[in-house]
Amino acid sequence: MSTVSSQVTRRNFLATLSASSLVLMGKVGIGQEAGLIDASKRSVDDFAPDFFVAIAPDGVVTILAHRSEMGTGIRTSLPRVVAEELEADWDRVVIQQAVGDKRLGDQNTDGSNSIRFFFKRMRVAGATARTMLQRAAAKKWNVDASECYAANHTIKHKGSDRSFGFGELVADAKQLDVPPENELQLKPRGQWRYIGKDVPITDLDDIVTGKAIFGIDARMDNQLFAVIARPPVVGGKVISFDAAKAKQMPGVVDVIELPAFKGAPNFQPLGGVAVLATSTWAAWQGRDALDIQWDHGPNANYNTEEFAKQLAATAKQPGKVLRETGAATAAIDQSQKVVRGDYSVPHLSHAPMETTCAVADVKTDAVGKVTACHVLTATQNPQAVQQAVGPAMDMPTEDVLVNVTLLGSGFGRKSKPDYCVEAAMLSRQVKRPVHVTWTREDDLQHDYYHAISAIHCEAAVDEKGKPTAWLQRAVYPTIGSTFSPGADTPEAWEAEMGHTDLPFDVPNIRLEVGQAKSHVRIGWLRSVCHIQQNFAVSSFVDELALAASRDPLEYLLDLLGPDRLLDLKAAGLGNRGASEEEYPFDIARLKNVLRRVAEQANWGRASGLPKGHGLGIACARSFLGYTGHVIEVEVTKEGKVRIPKVWVSLDSGTVVSPDRVHAQIEGASIMAATQALYGKVSFDKGQAVETNYDSYRMCTMSDAPREIFVDVVASEAAPAGVGETGIASFAPALCNAIFAATGKRIRDLPIADHDLSWS
Amino acid sequence: MTKIKVNGKIHELTDVPGDTPLLWVLRDNLGLTGTKYGCGVSECGACTVHLDGKSIQSCVTELSEVGDSEVTTIEGLSADGSHPVQKAWKQHNVPQCGYCQVGQMMMAAAMLKSNNNPSDEDIDTEMWNICRCGTYPRIRAAVKAAAQELSQ
Repeated sequence: MSTVSSQVTRRNFLATLSASSLVLMGKVGIGQEAGLIDASKRSVDDFAPDFFVAIAPDGVVTILAHRSEMGTGIRTSLPRVVAEELEADWDRVVIQQAVGDKRLGDQNTDGSNSIRFFFKRMRVAGATARTMLQRAAAKKWNVDASECYAANHTIKHKGSDRSFGFGELVADAKQLDVPPENELQLKPRGQWRYIGKDVPITDLDDIVTGKAIFGIDARMDNQLFAVIARPPVVGGKVISFDAAKAKQMPGVVDVIELPAFKGAPNFQPLGGVAVLATSTWAAWQGRDALDIQWDHGPNANYNTEEFAKQLAATAKQPGKVLRETGAATAAIDQSQKVVRGDYSVPHLSHAPMETTCAVADVKTDAVGKVTACHVLTATQNPQAVQQAVGPAMDMPTEDVLVNVTLLGSGFGRKSKPDYCVEAAMLSRQVKRPVHVTWTREDDLQHDYYHAISAIHCEAAVDEKGKPTAWLQRAVYPTIGSTFSPGADTPEAWEAEMGHTDLPFDVPNIRLEVGQAKSHVRIGWLRSVCHIQQNFAVSSFVDELALAASRDPLEYLLDLLGPDRLLDLKAAGLGNRGASEEEYPFDIARLKNVLRRVAEQANWGRASGLPKGHGLGIACARSFLGYTGHVIEVEVTKEGKVRIPKVWVSLDSGTVVSPDRVHAQIEGASIMAATQALYGKVSFDKGQAVETNYDSYRMCTMSDAPREIFVDVVASEAAPAGVGETGIASFAPALCNAIFAATGKRIRDLPIADHDLSWS
Repeated sequence: MTKIKVNGKIHELTDVPGDTPLLWVLRDNLGLTGTKYGCGVSECGACTVHLDGKSIQSCVTELSEVGDSEVTTIEGLSADGSHPVQKAWKQHNVPQCGYCQVGQMMMAAAMLKSNNNPSDEDIDTEMWNICRCGTYPRIRAAVKAAAQELSQ
């Protein structure tokens, strides 16, 4: 059992619960101050043997959802696992969203970690409650607990027809000690009736009726609305400003300067000038009426066209070696035939449908010391909100109360709580709740961007075209630069996403990273470095197959080599913190998804398609899961790309919610298509050029992949990633398909920058 | 003072400038937060509502333009989520994060009023809303399912 519940006895758990108001209503009404359930009231009569589950005397089971809902279905999936082990009737389960609290464990809904980290923990929570209910019933019937079993919200006796509803046992179960984990019997896989079975997401009705509350909808009594003018260039600051015009605008209440951040950006606000008003629009208009003189700071000359050239040049120079087997450089020098490829991906932005928004209420005493701080926001990580807001408010981190709304998607942007700190800083000054809304322009101009990159690949090949040596160099500003000033080299964990974890059967391998300074805030975006690294590697494999005049699928399978486990430890590689025993890098599983997807797409027809039509293939292991993509494209003579069909095979081990896994993989294909076709944020004079959806273009119904066939491998392996996993092999498969259709190789994304016309 | 009719009810607004986009009037003045902000420039369709039954983007429609016309938002599309479009959205488990789906459904409902048998090309043209989660294939299936119910 996790340390959280094993150290907590029933009695001190109840005390903890009532003291900390751990549970929050899922729905927060307009004008209600966060809709906190009175946890002390709830806990008096309830049986709550674990942070994650409580049973009321009327039998209603409350399950705490501690990860954030941004579209994956996690607010349904993890509670389903608790309900499974508890043998609860799903119709009598109420799901409540947790506040930020480190006792719940990791709440950073990021990295495709939710099921992986908490599958067992949720089973234990449910089994703990179920075991205690069984023991309570046994005691009442004066029989052995082994004769009692749970079935759909009741405890039954094997030897008779006696049974108790869960609610009837609450008072007795409360008196029992919480059993240690080794006394729990988890349900065998064959008896699962919720895990692996579909149910509508818990928020479905609210979403289709418009009642669902997102961060932009969060309200506190007497709140003001704020829109902020931030330094147009990262590291810039306000020299002076004139707010006279803004203050005359109807609805504007106040204008407040926010300080520029110090040191590394971290999750600090960028600074600037905030306009506070009685409505979002009034604040926005007021913001636009500000006259501000900016000092653009040290990044004022950042230009991505120039920077991309620097990255490409660096990628051709020797860099820092992260993995080396044999003597790749010497082998390449001596080889008769060497194939080379250089690839690049621009900066990308998260651009979640809902921009970043937060409302905060900060209470201060007579001398201005903060006495309480409540933040209600769409965050992927309420604990990060606590950690960022606490120091900014000069208060203990754990005293910051953070409630989580639904997220209008996140993709990694909303795990970075700079916007929450803005709301808290403003509330502290005006002594009223303040809701900060980012406009779309704010969102695209002040993101934690996906890094711009250049990757150089070269391979010496034998007479069959198979590599004898492989040299690869990845150059991009590191996410580390957001947290450590001066960090200028990709970190090992970044390189391990599709670069240094090269899975191929090649005797001489040398994998390097090169230096790149950062001039904007760099952050993780869904699939992170797999975006550029798998694009480069899987495009290069296609080029190698072409150079060898071999079928891409046959070539790729040969390159992957014999079934084996890649020895990550021996290669000096991490495994996202997972053990290699539980989550091996299994070449057989990678080949399996590749073969399956090829079969489903009828890959055999690839070589016989007419010009303008093509199939492309790629595979990847990312976030511990395995994907194979086959993409069918049509490129018109005018060069317009259509994607009529996509096939994906996914092996991510045990699946809790099959339909949500399908939905994630469908959506990942479309997001990856958007990014490959159009994704580019350019900078000139340090400022983002693409500032709304008119220039940072998205696929819509007409140009998104039309049909997406998702094949999920039935597996009993430990649950791996899904949400991020679906991205990695898409872009290279698409570009390989475009090559097959047109003979034009895309090495520099986005595709829209290239003329693909043919005759 | 401005009068505005939303979901069958007349609201009197004071101190709201006539050039305020309808989106923010609905959200901040009337508390109807089902209608969403996405771009502010009519590029994403998240703010789509009906004006006299036709879809419009409320982020670029000024309050003064509404006049006597009737505004329908998701809160007024049906009392209980029973509009064929809403039912189809549930049947196909369309939403992921759900943020854009109100605008998608309002767009679909308006389209289906005048065309209850849309072709794929009609759907491509009329349903230009952005969904960052990538629910387009399910939206297409749900639109067709709703069309089928409406045409019966």
